[in-house]
Amino acid sequence: MNTRQLEITVGAFMAAGLVALFFLAMQVSNLANITTSEGYEVSARFDNIGGLKVRSPVSMAGVRIGRVVNIGYDQKSYEAVVTMLIEPEYNQIPEDTIAKIYTSGLLGEQYIGLDPGGSLENFQQGSEVMITQSALVLEEIVGQFLFSKAEENAASQE
Amino acid sequence: MLDVLANFGRKGLDAFERLGRGHLLFLQILAGITSLLPRPGLLVAQIHSIGVRTITIIVVSGLFVGMVLSLQGYYVLSQFAAEDSLGVMVAASLVRELGPVVTALLFAGRAGSALTAEIGLMKATEQLSGLEMMAVDPVRRILTPRFFAGFISMPLLAALFSAVGVIGGYFVGVGLLGVDEGAFWSQMQAKIDWNGDVINGVIKSLVFGVICTWIALFQGYDTLPTSTGVSRSTTRTVVHSALAVLVLDFVLTALMFGD
Repeated sequence: MNTRQLEITVGAFMAAGLVALFFLAMQVSNLANITTSEGYEVSARFDNIGGLKVRSPVSMAGVRIGRVVNIGYDQKSYEAVVTMLIEPEYNQIPEDTIAKIYTSGLLGEQYIGLDPGGSLENFQQGSEVMITQSALVLEEIVGQFLFSKAEENAASQE
Repeated sequence: MLDVLANFGRKGLDAFERLGRGHLLFLQILAGITSLLPRPGLLVAQIHSIGVRTITIIVVSGLFVGMVLSLQGYYVLSQFAAEDSLGVMVAASLVRELGPVVTALLFAGRAGSALTAEIGLMKATEQLSGLEMMAVDPVRRILTPRFFAGFISMPLLAALFSAVGVIGGYFVGVGLLGVDEGAFWSQMQAKIDWNGDVINGVIKSLVFGVICTWIALFQGYDTLPTSTGVSRSTTRTVVHSALAVLVLDFVLTALMFGD
């Protein structure tokens, strides 16, 4: 095999390897979507965030419009402060929008769902969501259910 | 009784001596990069024989590993009605573990053994001494290009393996078993992280590339210059590489995915 052929095959090999890496980046890990750090930040306070994590999705009508970038804790009000980064093209979100923490599926990951309000003013950089609803913690629901069941039983025995 | 003890001690000293020689050789190989840079042709020739010729086995194995992962994963996941997570399972296991590790094992078998046999025979037929007689440093002329060829080839091969494996898993999962195509890709894209998963896999394969080529080169360079010696070194290359890769994989996984 002469030198030129050799160089061509090596070049093709290296190109194939880089293409594979590029495939892993774009198709498998979706690098293009994750690195978008543009947009504006909106914060919300929750009594309980459940299993919400940094980089959890923020969605509106089921469409992902941003992600959670920071989760903090306010020691004075005993609340969790969640900062969301909303992508810049979604700039028509009314100011009285409600933020709720949902679970995708029965045991899936948790995400923030925004229910639009009716205000004419829109969210700006640094706005805060005024109305929020905490995560449903499974143990609490089960606990409440058992408690009410026990009460029912006690009432029927009397 | 004392003989047994002496025997034991000699074995230990031998092992440490070999370890020391191995590390010295490693430093010499690295130092050889100064004479490699002006002559990239040597490197290209070695990447051809180490990397390009390993592509076939890597691509075929990757395809089948991905397909089997998809098949097995589907049977388990469908019991929990979680077939949508098939893409995540296939991609995560390939990118994090199987890509780098299986590639390194195949590499040790395909390229590492060939390297050892080649260099061992060069030593047995006194070609290395011949080079030295002509005032050519055999480490710089023979070992350094091969080492860097392995170092460059391994991550590329591992990336090929993972990519082909994901495609194989896609064909079986979506084409054969009827998993939803959108869920397959979107769950994968949502759960697989570039820094956390893909880059860590690349780091692993870089480490394995260094280890496998180093072991192969050292075993060849340090072989007894007889046919038995060469065959024994070749065996040792494959065994040591496989052990080193599997142990290091555990250590690296514990370090990188530990949080």
